[in-house]
Parts: sequence; C-alpha cells; structure tokens
Amino acid sequence: MQIRLLKDRILSKLMLALTIFSVSLVALIGAGLYYKSVPLLRDNTWGSLLFSSVWEPMKGLFGFFPFIMGTLWVTAIAIIISLPLCLLTAIYLAEYAGTTVKKIVNPLVSLLAGIPPVIFGVWGILFVVEFTTGYSVLAGGIVLAVMIFPLIVSIITEVFNTIPRELKDASLSLGATKWETVRKVILRKALPGIIAAIVLAVSRAFGETIAVLMVCGNVPVAPKSVFDPGYPLPALIANNYGEMLSVPLYDSALLYAAFLLFVIILVFNLVSRIILNRLERRISG
Amino acid sequence: MRRRKFEEQFFKLLMVLSTIVVAGSLFLIVGTIVVKGLPYMSLDMLTKTPEGGFYSGKEGGVLNAIIGSLYIAGGATILGLIISIPVAIYINLYLKGKSFIPNTVRMCFDVLFGIPSIVYGAFGFILMIYLGMRASLLGGIIAVTLLVIPILIRTLDEIISTVPRELHDAALSLGATRWEASKVVLRHIIPGIITAILLSFGRAIGDVAAVMFTAGFSDNIPASLGEPAASLPLAIFFQLSSPSAEVQGRAYASAFILTVIVLVITVLANILSKRFSKHKI
Repeated sequence: MQIRLLKDRILSKLMLALTIFSVSLVALIGAGLYYKSVPLLRDNTWGSLLFSSVWEPMKGLFGFFPFIMGTLWVTAIAIIISLPLCLLTAIYLAEYAGTTVKKIVNPLVSLLAGIPPVIFGVWGILFVVEFTTGYSVLAGGIVLAVMIFPLIVSIITEVFNTIPRELKDASLSLGATKWETVRKVILRKALPGIIAAIVLAVSRAFGETIAVLMVCGNVPVAPKSVFDPGYPLPALIANNYGEMLSVPLYDSALLYAAFLLFVIILVFNLVSRIILNRLERRISG
Repeated sequence: MRRRKFEEQFFKLLMVLSTIVVAGSLFLIVGTIVVKGLPYMSLDMLTKTPEGGFYSGKEGGVLNAIIGSLYIAGGATILGLIISIPVAIYINLYLKGKSFIPNTVRMCFDVLFGIPSIVYGAFGFILMIYLGMRASLLGGIIAVTLLVIPILIRTLDEIISTVPRELHDAALSLGATRWEASKVVLRHIIPGIITAILLSFGRAIGDVAAVMFTAGFSDNIPASLGEPAASLPLAIFFQLSSPSAEVQGRAYASAFILTVIVLVITVLANILSKRFSKHKI
C-alpha cells in the first residue's frame, strides 16, 4: 500500500518537474538569446542596430534595417495574396460547401500543411521563380502565401464554427441572401478571430527561413519594389551560421537577429492566442 | 432584387475559385516535384552514400541523408514523447479543477508552437557551445526535440481531453492512485499517441533550420551520437546550390524522396486521427 502511494507521489513530482522545465523553455530561449546579444548591444544602441542600413560585419558595422525591411516586404506580400483567398475558402467551407466537398478539401489542406519548407523552396525555384518574377521579394511572398494557406484557412474556419447558428438563421429568415448574411453578420462577428488568424499568420511568415531564403535573392539592401531581391532576417541567420565564429561580434549579431525574431513572434502569438481563447470560452461558457 | 442575386452568385463563384486555388496548390507543388524529380530517381539514390566526386556529378546516392534524417526525427520524437506524455497527463489529470494553471501552461505551449525552427536552431547552437559539444547527431536531436515538444503536447492534450472523464473517475473511485488511473487513460489513447508520433516525426524529418546549426553534415552514415549527421532537407539545399545540372537533378530526386516520406506519414496520421475521433463519445 505504502509503495503504491509513494510511487504516485514521486511520479507526480517528476511530472511537475517536467512540466515546469518545458514551460520554462520560453524564458530559457529568450534569456539565452539575449545573453548572447549582450556583446553587440554593449557597442551599439538599439536605434542604430534597427535603423542603420550599413551591413559590414568585417568592420564591425551591423545595421539590420535592410533585413527588417526584407522581412516586412515578404510578409506583407504573403498576407495580401493569402488573406482574400483563404477568407473566401473558409467562408465557402464553413457556410456553403456540402460534406463531399469538405471531405475532399480538408484532407488536401492538411496535406499541404505537412509539406516541409524545403520542398516549398524547391517548388519556388522551379515554378515561381521560373515562370514569374525571378529571385525577388515577390517570389518569396508567393511561396510564403501558399505556405500559410492551411494555417489561415483552418483557424478562420474554426472561428466561423463558433458563431451561433441562431444568428445566421435570424438573418436568413429576415430575407437576407446567404452572402448578405456572411458579410453583415458572420464576418462582423468573426472579426476578432480573423484578426487573430492574421496575426498568427504574420508571425509564422516572419520566422519562415529556408523556403524564403531559396527564392528571395538575398541581397542586403532594403527592397524598393516587389521585383527587387530582399534578404529577410531568418535567411540572414541561416546563411551565415558557418562563418559566424570567425568574425568578432558576428555571432552576437546573428543571435541578436534571432532574439528580435523571438520577441516579435512571442508577442504576436500571445496576442492572437488570447483573442482566440476568449472566443472559445465565449461559446463553451 | 436581381442585383442581390447577382452579388450572391458572383461571390459564390469567387469562393469556389479560391477553394480550388488553395486546395489545388498541393497538386501544383507535388506535381512540380514529381515531374522534375522522377527522371533523376534511381536505386542508387536510395541505397548508396555519396562517393568521391558525388557533388560534381559522379556516382552515389543520398542514403546518408535518409538515414541521418530518420535518426534525427526518430530520436527527437522518442525524446519528445518521454517529456510530453507526463506533461500532458499532469496538466489534464493531476491539475484538474484548477483551471487557471493548466490554461496558462497550454498558452505557453501554444506560444512555443509558434516559435520558428530557426530560433530553436539558434538556441540549440548556444546550448551546444555552452556544453562544449560539436555539431553532431545528438545536437540535432536535442534541437529538434525542443521543436517537437509543443507539437506533441498540444496533440496529446487534445486527445486526452476527449477521453470520458468517467473513465478516470471510475478508476479513482475503485481506489486506484492518480498514477494508476492515468495508466487507464493512457491505454485508452494509444491510437492518439501514434497520431501524435506521426505528426511530430513528419515535422521533424522536414525541418532544416533547426538542424543546420546543430547536426552538421556528413557523407557517412553516423555510427554514434557524437558524429555529425546529414539530413535530407539539408542535402536538398546543398545539392541545389551546385552549378552542375546533374547534381541539381539529384536535389529534385531527393526532394521527391522527402515528399513521398512526408505525404505517407501525413496520410497515415490523418487516417488514424479520423478513426480515433470516431470512438470518442
């Protein structure tokens, strides 16, 4: 008897320890990356790091502006392409499509979610770069747009499913067409959820590395048009890890870039998860 | 009135077209890979490691990368499970009633799930320098484990929450300790655990950014945890950057291999999770 209780107590403590360890990963990653960026931050101000365009690691000049702009361009293009397509798809799946269509489309979307980034990159080189725009932020944006399809579609469809049936029925019974119901009732009700989905998609796009690196051109100058090449932050980290230990402060600069990504994505994720959790609680409670 | 009907039809058409684009993009991607990769496929690609001059177009295959990827993804998934199953049990079965703490913990994993693999790679790299390790199979496994823990915990958490509460309560009321009752629940969710394993494995085998810092690359199949290990995505990436058309072709063939592996895993996971959700009450 005693042994059973003892076993339960020990295992309970072990599980608690594992839970605490895995939760504290958030803090550990943040602290580790910050600790490694301290040498860079000692010599430079945040302002000069974020807004200077001079990137000459050999001379100790680290301006992240071109890379930040590269990330912003690629992300903006991806969202602009992806959002309307995904919103319409989600509306179709949630409100119009019959079971057969759903049974075909849903597995396809989940298969798309499983395709590894490097495959998107190869496809980007063979298809997007070849047939459209060359190595540019536009090509990066198109590849990213396809990569975030499954994320946006699945979250927005879920949000639509949280909207009470009665609201739609009331609108339809007053003589509104289905589209009018969607536009005036469902979209308005789903707005916070849609915003949360966009924020999540943005943070996903910020961090995407290899696929974007393969099609963006990687020129460290801030892009001026969609046809210019760009050099997003994650690509900078991935491309230079090899030589980062041989140049002073270079490793610190790259890990500072990782720290920036981490903080931005952490905040974005927190915000959207809080919104989505609220929505969920509203229907369950 | 006619304008309203027209608007309805117009947007319905737009929706159907969007759905075709979104769902069809999968065929476009897989189609491109198959068309480009299949002509370069050969038995050698699957069964041989790179021989001398492989990267300038001579004999060999990518067996080193296939095995390396299986080792990394397998090791990370096993290590991830050892951490994730207890955590999922703890937040669902031990912390019940106190809803603030489990929800905060869940939120942490949601956030960790959103952290990109390049950040895990960079963190793994810092960890390795701190521990004085070199790029190795073990380093890759550790970095990828960090990456799959949130995936595993989120999936397991969802699956455990579908188990009827009564099952757990019945075990407790018969005098079982919390751990014994948890074992009852665990036995009930075995198919779900397999789904979680497949999801984690599929994600781990396709990831580049976490392994490029930590696992290194090698033309040999790693014989121990301390040796650097190649991975399939990284092999694709390196071969693509070669100027030789033959080597680029092999990159397409490697991409074909990776795509097939990942598609099989994802399909299996989908079938299993559907079968599992049929049994929930």
